[in-house]
Formats: sequence, C-alpha cells, structure tokens
Amino acid sequence: MTKFAIGQTVHRLEDPTLLQGKGCYTDDLRPQGAAHAFVLRSPHAHVLIRGIDTTAARKAPGVIAVLTGADAKADDLGTMPCIVPVKNHDGTPRGETPRPVLALDRARHVGDPVALVVAETYHAARDAAELIEVDYEPLPAVADVYGAAQPGAPLVWPEIKQNIVADLHLGSKEAADAAFARAAHISKIELVQNRLVANPMEPRAAFAEYDPETDRSTLHTSSQSVALLRAHIGDIVLKIGDKLRVRSGNVGGAFGMKAMMHPEQPMIVWASRRLKRAVRWTGDRSEGFLTDVQGRDHKVFAELALDKDGKFLAVRATVYAGMGAYLSQFAPMIPQSVHSMMPSVYAFEAAHLHLIETVTNTVPVDAYRGAGRPEGIYVTERLIDIAARELKIAPDELRRRNFIKPSQFPYTTAAGLVYDSGDFEGLQAKALKEADWAGFPARKAASEARGKLRGIGLTMYVERCGGAAPPDSVALKVNKDRVLVLPGTVDNGQGHMTVLKQMVSEYLGVDMEKIDVSQGDSDANPFGLTGGSRFAVVTGTAAGIAAKEVVDKGMEQAAKMLEAAAADIEYGDGDYKVKGTDRKATLFDVASAAGGIEALHIKNTGALTFPNGCHIVEVEIDPQTGVTRLDRYTIVDDFGRALNPMLLLGQVHGGTVQGIGQALLEHAVYDNESAQLLTGSFMDYAMPRADDVPSFHTTFHHTPCTTNPLGVKGAGEAGSVGAPPAIINAIVDVLHAKKGIKHIDMPATREKVWRALNG
Amino acid sequence: MSVKVSMNVNGEAVSAEVPERTLLVSFLRETLNMTGTHVGCDTAQCGACTIHLNGRAIKSCNILAMQAEGGNVTTIEGLAKADGTLHPMQEAFRQNHGLQCGFCTPGMVMSAVDLVKNTPNPTEEQIRELMDGNICRCTGYHNIVKAIAAGATSMAANP
Ligand code: FES
Ligand code: FES
Repeated sequence: MTKFAIGQTVHRLEDPTLLQGKGCYTDDLRPQGAAHAFVLRSPHAHVLIRGIDTTAARKAPGVIAVLTGADAKADDLGTMPCIVPVKNHDGTPRGETPRPVLALDRARHVGDPVALVVAETYHAARDAAELIEVDYEPLPAVADVYGAAQPGAPLVWPEIKQNIVADLHLGSKEAADAAFARAAHISKIELVQNRLVANPMEPRAAFAEYDPETDRSTLHTSSQSVALLRAHIGDIVLKIGDKLRVRSGNVGGAFGMKAMMHPEQPMIVWASRRLKRAVRWTGDRSEGFLTDVQGRDHKVFAELALDKDGKFLAVRATVYAGMGAYLSQFAPMIPQSVHSMMPSVYAFEAAHLHLIETVTNTVPVDAYRGAGRPEGIYVTERLIDIAARELKIAPDELRRRNFIKPSQFPYTTAAGLVYDSGDFEGLQAKALKEADWAGFPARKAASEARGKLRGIGLTMYVERCGGAAPPDSVALKVNKDRVLVLPGTVDNGQGHMTVLKQMVSEYLGVDMEKIDVSQGDSDANPFGLTGGSRFAVVTGTAAGIAAKEVVDKGMEQAAKMLEAAAADIEYGDGDYKVKGTDRKATLFDVASAAGGIEALHIKNTGALTFPNGCHIVEVEIDPQTGVTRLDRYTIVDDFGRALNPMLLLGQVHGGTVQGIGQALLEHAVYDNESAQLLTGSFMDYAMPRADDVPSFHTTFHHTPCTTNPLGVKGAGEAGSVGAPPAIINAIVDVLHAKKGIKHIDMPATREKVWRALNG
Repeated sequence: MSVKVSMNVNGEAVSAEVPERTLLVSFLRETLNMTGTHVGCDTAQCGACTIHLNGRAIKSCNILAMQAEGGNVTTIEGLAKADGTLHPMQEAFRQNHGLQCGFCTPGMVMSAVDLVKNTPNPTEEQIRELMDGNICRCTGYHNIVKAIAAGATSMAANP
C-alpha cells in the first residue's frame, strides 16, 4: 500500500498555493492589451425595447465597440440552449423560451443584457454604457411562482399560456389516490421553498483570446464543465465548433450555478472574434445577484397518507416550480427530483407529483447545491413531523416504523429508484445516541430556567448521485517517470487534485509525488461535469478503469522485457513481476520502453448511489428577540466509504451551512408588482456568517455502496439536504408547544419567529 | 484626473500614476498585478479584499488608493517568509482544512492574523464574532474557526 492511499486523511496539495494568494482565478489573468467589457442591463423586469441609440457611447473616449442584439442577430448567433426535453402530461412538448445573448425586442427580467460595451479600460466601458439610450416600453410583470400560473397574470411569453411552460405528472396518480382513499390518517402541508442565490465568493468571469493564425478562440472562464461550455457555446450559440477552446483555472466556488452557460460567456467570445482582440469581463456582486441562475423557488401543497398503525401508504404533492424568465440549461429537470426523492428512506406504496413549471419575470432558476433533492426531502420530512404530532407518536418512532430495512435491498422505491444499500434504522439509532436525544428534556428545562425556549428536530435524508449523463472522462498518460491524470471534471474547491492523486496512487501503486493532475481544458479534458456529487463515484470509477487499462496495455512490453509469458506476470506496487520469482520491471521502465502508455476511459456505468444520513438539531430561541441559535448540531452520514475523511467532512460542513442559510437567513425576494429584486446585495441577502452557525458533531455510519467498485456514494450535497428540515422541525417543536403553530416557512428569520411567538 | 500614489507594499516602495477614483484593491490587482487580494462584492461586506494598512486589517475595496498614500501595506503575498515557509496562520489553515476554493482565504487569513494580534487567546465565540466581516461560502466556517484557534496558539509560540 502506498502511504497516501484511499481512505487516509491527506492534507490538500492545492493549499500552499491558494494560501499565499498564488491561485489563478479567471480575473487574475492579466493579458497585455486586452480590452474590457461592460454589460448594460435592463433596469426593468419586463419591457419592449423600441430602440437603442448607441451613437454617443460609440464616440466616448476609449470605446472600441458597442454591440446590441441586432448585431448578434446579423451575425446569426444561436440562442441559449435548454437541453432538457420535457413532455407535458397531455403529450405535447414543453414550452420554448429562446433566449438571445443580448435582448432583441424584449427584456424579461431585471439584469437581462441589452448592450455590450468594449473599451480600452473598464471605467471607459462603464462610463460609455451610461450614454446608451434605450427606448423602453414597460409591460406588466410577474414574479411569484404561484401567482404567475393564475388566470389573468401578466404573460412573460405571449406564446406560453398562463405562464405554464411544463405541466407533468410523475408516478402513478391512480396508485396514490387509491392509497389515500383507504388511509386512516392524512397529514397536509402548504409550504414555500425559498428562492436562493448561489453566491460563490468568486463572481462569474469570462476572458476570451483570439488567435488569427488558427482562427481559434480560447475562453477562460470560471466553470464546472469546460466540455459542456465548449459544446454549447461553440456548437450551438456561436456555431464555430472546435474553433473554441474553453479553460478553467482555479474556480472560487460554483455550487451548480457555474455549470450553466450564462450569456456573457458566448458574448465575450463573439466580441473578441469580431474585434480580433482579447476581451475580458468580470461580473461584480450586484450583477451576480441580478444574473447568476438562482435556486429552488417552489410553492408546494403536499399530503401524507398513513394507516391506523402509523405505516406510510403514500405521499403526493402539487409543486409550482419557478423557472425564471428563460429555461436555463437543466432547469426543467431539477424539480422533477422532488418526485424521486419524496419516498426518502421509507417504504411507501405510492408517490405522486403534479409538477407545474412556471415562467416569471425573474432571473432563470437552475441547479443549486442539492438540485431538487433538498426540495423533495423537505416535503416528506416536514409531513412526517406533522403526522407524528397529530398521531401523538414520537418523531423517531414514526420514522422507525417505516424505514426500508437492510434485508430489503436492492429495494425499488415508490418513485422507481433502486436503492442498493443502507442501514437507516441503525443510522438513526446512532444519531439519537450521538445527539443525546434522551437528555433533551433536561437541557430544555435548563434553557427555560434562563428564559429561553428549546426545541429539537430530527430528519433523515437520502440523495441520488452518480448517473450516466453527461459522460465523464479520465485519461492517464504514463511516461518514463511521471503519471499524468486528465479528468473531465473541474475542481471548484473540493480538492479533486489531492483525491485523484490518492486514487491513482493506489490504483497504480505509484507515489503521489510522481503523479500530476491537469484539468479544465476542453482540448485535453474533453468530457465531464462537476455536479451532482458525482466526482468520487463517477470520476473515481473512471480513473480505476483507466488505470487497469494502463496496466494491461503495458503487459506486452513487460513480457518482452522480463522474457516471460504475459500470463505469468502480475502487477502490484508499481511493478510488473514474474510470479514466483524476483524478476520485475517498474511501470515507468515499461512505459519508457514502450514510448509511453496512455489510456482514456469515457463511458460511465450509469449506476446510481444513495448517500443518506440523519441530522439532529437543537435550537434555543430567545422569545424577546426571535433569535434562533443552533445550540447542538449532530450529523451522521452514510457515504459508503471515505476517500479522504478530512475533505469529506469539509463537504458536509459546507453543505450544511448552505442548508442553514436556506432555513434561517437566505431569501431572494422580488417585489411582485415590479419584479425588482429587493435583496440584491450582501446587505439585504443574508449569507451565513461565522457567528450565525455552530460547530458540528459529525460521525459516519457507512454501508458500502454496491454499484461501484470503490464503494463510495458521494457527499457534496448531503448537508444542504439534511439541514433545512432538521432546523425547521426543531423550530416548529418550539412554536407548536407555545402557540400550536404547525409550520413556519423558510427562511425562519428572527422577525418571523418573533412574530410567530408574539402574534 | 490622475494622481501619483506612492506606498510601501510588502516591504517594497511602489508608486504609480492612477485615476483618482482607483480603489486600493484595484491599485493592488490592476496596477501592481498582485492578484492575491480578491474582490467578492461591491458593498464592503465580504472581506475577500482584506489587507493590512499600517498594521490594521482593512477592506481594501472600501478605500481609495490615494488614501493609502505613504502607508505600509501588507497583502497575503507578503505573509509567508521569503523562503516559502508559511506564516503560522497560513499553516494552521492548511493543517485544519480551513479552505476549499480558496477565494475567501487571503482575506480570511489577513483578518485572522489581525484578530489574534488584538485578541491573543480567542475563544470560539470570539473568533466567530470577530470574523463576521468575512464571508466564506464553501467551508461552513467549522474548520476556519478551528484553524484560527490553532493559529493563535502557534502565533503565541512563535512570536
Ligand atoms: S470585496 Fe471588499 S468587502 Fe467584499
Ligand atoms: S473557501 Fe471558498 S469561499 Fe471560502
């Protein structure tokens, strides 16, 4: 075994660079002579554009070009693709929302790009943008996901009736209705999935270079997938195919949002090709609030059916899911996961979702950490707590009666997923013990003695990771003394380089110091996407297959060198060895003699994995101020196996705090008349800060995954799934005891909690 | 209108002609090409741009370059020793996995060094309170808080 094998805590190799400010994020590229771009945006949520006068701006000092939607049209640019086909339940295809990179005759949300100014300096571009005169004719706007679908609401797209862009049923309605018909008890909830802003600390940025010799462009941009961007920008929008190369260096956080193409990326490449000159653009935070794809935004009506013994029969929901003004890349697919996640870790007979996807005059919505999983689990776990209270069964006991049992795997859920492994009852038992669930009454009494209110909340969660699309690749190249690993994924802060080196080191029996990782270049890393917690599962498996191929490819050369039959040679610890002798040749010697060995693995098995776990939270609420303090926070996770426990826990902490943000603080609020974003900066949109969150008590209860050779399940999104229901369950524990309140919507801000307690 | 601005950055005298409205962070990033100091917002809320000016941590996005005229500036690039040995606070972040994407990190580390200077033996509660001007979207703060406590101990041991 090599000393940094899989399963060890290895300190990150990325860190010394980043800790000294030597990382290279997109805006850190400082090309000589690059022009600067500034995007003029619609200040209105819904307008007709009658005309754009750029005369004065063009003449402003330092200005190189001013481009509008008409120029893009003249250059035959394509529209921004949504790559998810959806069929409505009546068999018709979903609505279309073709989005040009610059608005043509209509802008549909505040921040929609209207013109691009390119100048010698950033300030020159920005100042010139103020000279552009746009003749806007305001139209009525709508921001509320539910209100948009009501008769008479202003239409975002005249061609989309009642703003409903897709209307579908997932799961069997008949089966669910039959189960509800014979239920002894039905619990109901109406809730809001608050709309969120991803807010990675590094804003989006794009910088395009142009090479006149080859007529090729290189786009440097902060992303989760150079491959998808290359395809979407190169093939669909700009129609230049391989004349585009996309590169990502260090990425300062992404969380789903940077998996999506945003209009500025093709726009900057286009401008650079027109001007035959490098052009850079870096968004500021205010632009991020107005233009980065956002997350969640559901209005939900849901019900849980139970029999007389508290056995779950079925869960059903009607979900209105906001898509924003245009369908982003994966958008219509994300809320569909509500259905697949609703059965959670429980044995249900049926699960049915009526999903109504609506367009509103707001920023497009797409995947944000969890991407449909937190939304689905939240529905079920809130319903379970409500049912437990109504039936006077302890919440842990009600869950225990309904867990899928280890003996039932592989288990097909009511939503049709096949779970391979897990020990939900054992995991919950461990969590109850770790959290000292039994000691809660004493702590509650102690809080009350100090004038504080204490509540406890429990949730189980499961999520779905892995999967086939899009394909991921790992290439390995071995030369005389080094191994080069080329993953298709792009690191956004997870520590992929370290973990890949750990994995390849173990697979090939080669020291980590001899392994290099190179990522984020569409020329060299052709397929892959970071997202859906799939790196460990998909890239890890692909790297293993590529490593095996490397070893096999070297076998013939090794046989020649060792003068033995290939069948008599075995590979281990970095050496080809003749069995039963001490004759051996190192991988590097063999590679050197063979002129290098290369292997590329592209396909995925498509297998799914199901990380799961339990969050238990104790809140202490100050009834005078409504401030909710998370006093004790216990997390037990089943990730199958840890590749690097320290990094794994880092993912848990980060995901959990994003979930805490959703539960207590964060909300993208739009004025429903004007559809103006009211929370457009860190002053109005409350990001979790160090003093808003606790330290965590974490442990694992792994059961190996059986659908991939590593036995891993994925961990990137787990925390964001578990935190919201656990926290709201804990707060409602207090609100119900004091005021008989059944539910409070997220974010449960201090004001909302205070009003609930004092209302 | 341009002005000439001169200051001392990480022990070196620098001076340049810049537009009056140039922020200190732009002076560092654009004029001096020192890109270790980051920009995460436009409302002086996130702390990604934190540096030391005359021995105090400040947000360099919230001050004009010309306001730092004649000052002593330390940025993240000036914290490690010339031989590459990390500052004890940087080392503590490394040991405790106090960073993921690294974008908030230069500001976090600069704030943390200042915090420990003013509060040599900080409790967890003090660390959380005093770091509330620095936003991290990746780590959930758990390991940052641990790192700062460890960094405080090792700064005390290696003054
Ligand atoms: S960039 Fe200075 S506080 Fe955000
Ligand atoms: S490590 Fe990414 S923002 Fe802090």
